[in-house]
Amino acid sequence: MPSPLSSPPILPGRRPLSRRRLLAGLGSAAVGLTLVSCGRESTRKINFYNWDTYIGRTTLADFQADSGIRVVPSYFATNDELFAKLKAGNPGYDVIVPSNEFVTRMNTADMLMPLDMSAIPNFANIAPEFQQADYDTTPRHSVPYTWLVLGIGYRKSKVDGVPDSWKWLYDSDRYAGRIALLTEAADLIRIGAKYLGKSLNDVDAETTAQVAAMLTRQKPYIKTFHEDNGQELLLAGDIDLVLEYNGDIAQAMTDDSDIDFVVPKEGSLLNADTLAIPNGAPEPELAHQFINFLLDARVGKGIAETILYPTPNAAAKALMPASYRDNPVIFPTGPGMENSQWGRYEGPERQRLFEDAITRMRAA
Amino acid sequence: MPSRHPRAREIGPFLAILGPPAAWFLLFFVAPMAVVWAYSFGSNVGAAGIEITGTFLNYARTLEPVYLGILAKSFGIAAIATLACLLLGFPVALAISFAPARLRTLLLVAIMLPFWTNLLIRTYALMAVLRDQGLVNQAVEAVAPGLAPLPLLHNNFAVILGLVYVHLPFMVLPIYAALDRLDRSLLEASLDLGASHLDTIFRILVPLARPGILAGLLLTFIPALGSYLTPDLLGGPDSQMIANIIERQFKRANDWPFGAALAFVLVYLTLFVLAAQGLLRRRGEAE
Repeated sequence: MPSPLSSPPILPGRRPLSRRRLLAGLGSAAVGLTLVSCGRESTRKINFYNWDTYIGRTTLADFQADSGIRVVPSYFATNDELFAKLKAGNPGYDVIVPSNEFVTRMNTADMLMPLDMSAIPNFANIAPEFQQADYDTTPRHSVPYTWLVLGIGYRKSKVDGVPDSWKWLYDSDRYAGRIALLTEAADLIRIGAKYLGKSLNDVDAETTAQVAAMLTRQKPYIKTFHEDNGQELLLAGDIDLVLEYNGDIAQAMTDDSDIDFVVPKEGSLLNADTLAIPNGAPEPELAHQFINFLLDARVGKGIAETILYPTPNAAAKALMPASYRDNPVIFPTGPGMENSQWGRYEGPERQRLFEDAITRMRAA
Repeated sequence: MPSRHPRAREIGPFLAILGPPAAWFLLFFVAPMAVVWAYSFGSNVGAAGIEITGTFLNYARTLEPVYLGILAKSFGIAAIATLACLLLGFPVALAISFAPARLRTLLLVAIMLPFWTNLLIRTYALMAVLRDQGLVNQAVEAVAPGLAPLPLLHNNFAVILGLVYVHLPFMVLPIYAALDRLDRSLLEASLDLGASHLDTIFRILVPLARPGILAGLLLTFIPALGSYLTPDLLGGPDSQMIANIIERQFKRANDWPFGAALAFVLVYLTLFVLAAQGLLRRRGEAE
């Protein structure tokens, strides 16, 4: 249902929406809203820079109905895009959604604002194991929004049993021409290191070369390197096995029951996407208010229902049906999860080492 | 002042007309390009800083075999795509220029029609046609079940096909413009004097259409050389072209100086191609 507020757009230069019109506009959808705050600052807006399809269907409209603040969303496709956009100075974003390692990276580059946790009381909804984070020690510059794990999405009817080893992607011609890997250099090298039985942090030049050599051998059997659209390739039948995030495959599984997901037994890479406020944000106060809103249990439930990513929000998870809470794709268990690790940001040199190795592998 | 050349007094209006576009050009083209050019002589400092140190290390890196290889491959792919455009585009331009006037307008509109939608949309549409369970393979499956699926997507063939598809109008239109201006009586004279149709095409038509062909080659080759989206979406594991490498330096690797150096190597090569084309044309005019 479209929000009644979104239909008459507030034109720039015109008188802000009058309190009466606003109240009329809210109509029946406004049940249980605190209307006290609606009259003032109703034309204020914040710019929300997010991943595509990564927010609840009605979340932004609900926030506007609740607070009178308009959220203008725009989308990025990779953390690098986000970083490159903000590197030369914040073009006006108030809230961004960087992954955990980019929180560290942006922090070292002094690109994030320290959060005023007293303005985010809903942080208490976050599960204890996600409240402390190695990637963002106090003072916090981010709060966790979702977490995710890389694994193998596959088409059950085309694969023998459960492909629970990275071997099937990295080191085997069993599924020649039916494999797609992510294009991210760091992910490729680190997962390869995991397959070789090593840690995915502190991967040295020798291991990097070893993984790149393995991928060069494997390349003839790889159909393509995808830009995080692996679930589409899997759904379209272009490939049968794909390196992807659990949430993306969980979304695909709602369209196609022949698809499944496994975290290979060697272990994988854990990530979190977070909410942060970049330095130079035009409306830091409203940004805090918005972040607090997103961490609300009911709001978190709405988001989880749409995006099907695992939520670190314990209060929101408790409101979700068992089909989400006990979903083995959204919340995988088993040896793969036990052997999985969080990745650590290790500086630009390491990133360039990975990048160079993958460029050479692709050109070989 | 009767001795002064009358044109000298027109300098004011001349500046007034030239000024705004020149300022625009300086501000929004020359200045940003100069910044990127300066970056190509810089080095990375910390997580997000660049210091212009005047180093040539970035250019030295572009000469490493892996990057030269990718450049050579990009040239190869762009050249094949350009050649295919010429072979397909010339007959099309010829046919349009000889079509009746009303049909000609329709055909020209048809050539321009793809520009009405975005390149990304067209590329995705092409993916839907080429993929393993796409339109082509479904047709093949129906006719010859043993053959399907043909590997049409995610390889170098798909990249070249995509480039030809995107750039064909840039070849057809300038050749058509050249053929349209042609004096038809020359063709009649050639045929009357006993030359065969093929002879007439290659000895009369092609030399006269040469400026159009050269313009078409250039308009196709240069954007094809720097194409980014097409190899990214249609290409396979080894279809990366130079623009993909540049993109990765600016984004993933966060190495703007090296990305800038690679980008400017591409600019230098483009200038070289333009100069070669200029020389060719001058020689053509001298003959």
